[in-house]
Amino acid sequence: MTIRGAAYVAGIYEHPRRDIPDRTLFEIHTEVALGALADAGLAMSDVDAVFCDGTAGFGPMSLVEHFGLSPSYFDSTETGGSSYLAHVGHAAAAIAAGKCSVALITLAGKPRTGRSVVAYAQSPEAGFESGWGVSGAPHTYALAAQRHMYEFGTTSAQLAEIKVAASIHAQYNPNAFLPYAVTVEDVLNSPLVADPLHRLDCCVVTDGGGALVVVSPEVARSLNRTSAKILGHGEAIKHTSNGGIDLTYTGAVWSGPRAFAEAGVSVADIKYASIYDSFTITVLQTIEDLGFCEKGQGGKFVMDGGLVSPFGKLPFNTDGGGLCNNHPSNRGGITKVIEAVRQMRGEAHPSVQVPNCQISLAHGTGGSLGSKHGSVTLILGQEDA
Amino acid sequence: MTMLPAPAPVINSTTAEFWKATKEGRFILQRCDACNIVLWFPRRNCPKCWTEDVSTFDAEQTGTVYSFTVVRKGKGVFQDAGPFVIAYVELADGPRIMTNIVDCDIDSLHIGMPVEMVFHDTGEGSALYRFRPASR
Repeated sequence: MTIRGAAYVAGIYEHPRRDIPDRTLFEIHTEVALGALADAGLAMSDVDAVFCDGTAGFGPMSLVEHFGLSPSYFDSTETGGSSYLAHVGHAAAAIAAGKCSVALITLAGKPRTGRSVVAYAQSPEAGFESGWGVSGAPHTYALAAQRHMYEFGTTSAQLAEIKVAASIHAQYNPNAFLPYAVTVEDVLNSPLVADPLHRLDCCVVTDGGGALVVVSPEVARSLNRTSAKILGHGEAIKHTSNGGIDLTYTGAVWSGPRAFAEAGVSVADIKYASIYDSFTITVLQTIEDLGFCEKGQGGKFVMDGGLVSPFGKLPFNTDGGGLCNNHPSNRGGITKVIEAVRQMRGEAHPSVQVPNCQISLAHGTGGSLGSKHGSVTLILGQEDA
Repeated sequence: MTMLPAPAPVINSTTAEFWKATKEGRFILQRCDACNIVLWFPRRNCPKCWTEDVSTFDAEQTGTVYSFTVVRKGKGVFQDAGPFVIAYVELADGPRIMTNIVDCDIDSLHIGMPVEMVFHDTGEGSALYRFRPASR
């Protein structure tokens, strides 16, 4: 059994705000849930499955209580920013198995005006990864960038091209945290955070959230709204492998082929890609690992507007991505799916809409390229794909 | 570069022997007696064959830089440390381990650089293993 065509993304919602001091975490969950359900033409009372990450209280129990639901299925898979793409795959599998028919996936967080939640002090590796002054994601992603440069000759200017492409798209998004175009020089002249990563190689930090509604084919057919068909899903965890870590590739080398095989499509079929962009290096390694170019050639691939929509080789992150638009709760996964669905519906901004966007890809990378991360690839198609 | 802070690590029953040895200037690694692989970080079970038949040995205290970054501004106890280096060092015995490089001119730091281990006492019954450029 595969999930190809077994479920559809029928509703999406991205919180429009980037600073939310006046709402609690759980109020934001409700706001985005109602937004996505309204987008689909469904009500909270229709929901029979709830998916959330590990920061929404005591597993899914707090959130289900807060929503006032009694779902027949729930899942709180926690792989950082890629969690929500895993939730889409898991929801599709649950729907295919007849466990549920309307799955609600929500993300909310307040790293700007509240507290960001990190709890892994009890992990076996904690004592060996936490004593070195690692106090932010840039520090370990920088290790991956440095090694990639060493092995393949990737340059800071090439990494900067990724930020530039995202910023060109962000100009058209009035809600974007950084809604203006930047140049390669702007990126290279921004302060170094952790060599070789500059401040503008990093994603934005935003409050906010988003939600998705994944439904069965029967429910999708009953709705007036255009849905995106889920064609394939692949997931993988890459870790330090007992002291054998290789910093030059990501778990996308495993999640990608799984998703492509399930969908029955190849990289040549992908018209648009939402690529997780916690940092510029995350994008560079991911496009190599998904097979859009040879390993080590990502730097060349992104030059000369390779990622700019609609005319680049691979139009990406047309909402401005995590690099410029939104990275709510320090987790960019749900917005990756949201923008891919907008592209499938033809509802991205006209300046960045990919013409005839029949098949798209969304990829999440949660955790760290510098130690362990969860990689999840989704392939989506138009309703008749 | 100023002396880096040496915050005490999280220690549990599995890692206590390892950290006690660091206090004595020893860096111990585990080897699986069944499949003969070196383990990193300390575990009760081999992550390849899951036996509990693992033993410890005193590792070589040398290696080479596998990758590194210069953190321009730290947080917490590292807030006033100035720019400092986080790295992966590939040990002579095999494992690539996260650590700091100290006593080093940042501009001369490079991947492949030979390094040797130093120990910075945490004052709480353990020492952090860090590396400096090899003396020879």
